[in-house]
Amino acid sequence: MTFHSFDTWWWPFLFILLAGSLTTDCWRFLGVYLGDRLSEKSEALVFVRTVATALVAGVISNLVLFPSGALAATPVALRITAMIAGFGAYLCLGRKIIVGIVAAEIVFFAGYYLLGV
Amino acid sequence: MQWFLRGIIAAFSVPALVLFSAITGFAGLAREAGLTLPETLFMTAFVWALPGQVILVGGMLSGNSLIASAFAVSLSSIRMMPMVVAIVPEMRTDKTRKWVLYFLSHFVAVTSWVLALQNFRTVPHERRTAFYAGLGPTLILGSLIVTILVYAVAPKLPPAVSAGLFLLTPIYFLTSLWGSAREKAVHLGMIFGLAFGPVFHIFTPQFDLLGAGLSGGTVAFGSHLFLKRRRAV
Repeated sequence: MTFHSFDTWWWPFLFILLAGSLTTDCWRFLGVYLGDRLSEKSEALVFVRTVATALVAGVISNLVLFPSGALAATPVALRITAMIAGFGAYLCLGRKIIVGIVAAEIVFFAGYYLLGV
Repeated sequence: MQWFLRGIIAAFSVPALVLFSAITGFAGLAREAGLTLPETLFMTAFVWALPGQVILVGGMLSGNSLIASAFAVSLSSIRMMPMVVAIVPEMRTDKTRKWVLYFLSHFVAVTSWVLALQNFRTVPHERRTAFYAGLGPTLILGSLIVTILVYAVAPKLPPAVSAGLFLLTPIYFLTSLWGSAREKAVHLGMIFGLAFGPVFHIFTPQFDLLGAGLSGGTVAFGSHLFLKRRRAV
């Protein structure tokens, strides 16, 4: 069963509800239930955080290296350069996310027009 | 009522601006993947966890099954649990009803969580649930409006702008993940995940995210334990 399995109006919504909402809200509810029963510093939670972070990091790489849509038509070196510039600006200029975003976009658009993509 | 309104006002902030630029990127991605506007709005309102949503859309693009998608989203959303664990004691009083906490927990995601913990110092303890009930839903509402705007404008955008739009999601996650990590182990997990994601994508496209997450996370956690033990000796 995939997102495109059934040609009815309600299947996409049910898919989102089952694969997205339930799987996210169950952890939020468990968080309420556990409340202060669980130490935030426990090693199990550190492991959970490393796996969850690595998972999203994998998404980041794939969005940059194997993009879809208009981004796919741009050179891979430009995308990587823009990401490195954004992350570098974020690290060097006070660790503000907005600084990283703006820097990455400026480098990306500058490169886009200089290279004449 | 007064603190509910103050919660709404607190939503107008720099973190919200960052969130809305990330939502702009996500809406562009979802539209490109073929999701209709109602489907994307539904997903944002009822999942309300951008990494999970991006994984869900990514899974749809590579034709992942319901089970595989649910498993991957579930793994990425585990990080909601410690966030809720951290925020509940800040809001709960002896008189707080349980269902109020369960209901409000749906609004917990990075932006509202950061804003709440920033502002709670100035909010009386027994008014914090009201404050959060104003803050959380306002951020969702703003995101839905941004999504509608993106769907309306996207077809008219020049290719350069839509390419820049698709770059928003990765750069947002790269910086926000790095900033929210409290342990070195999590930074390591991020670096390994960045490296392993494309490798798994090439060799096992149906399990690229799970593979990158489980292997990258395990290697990072292993080195964390190893370094800790060496320090203790």
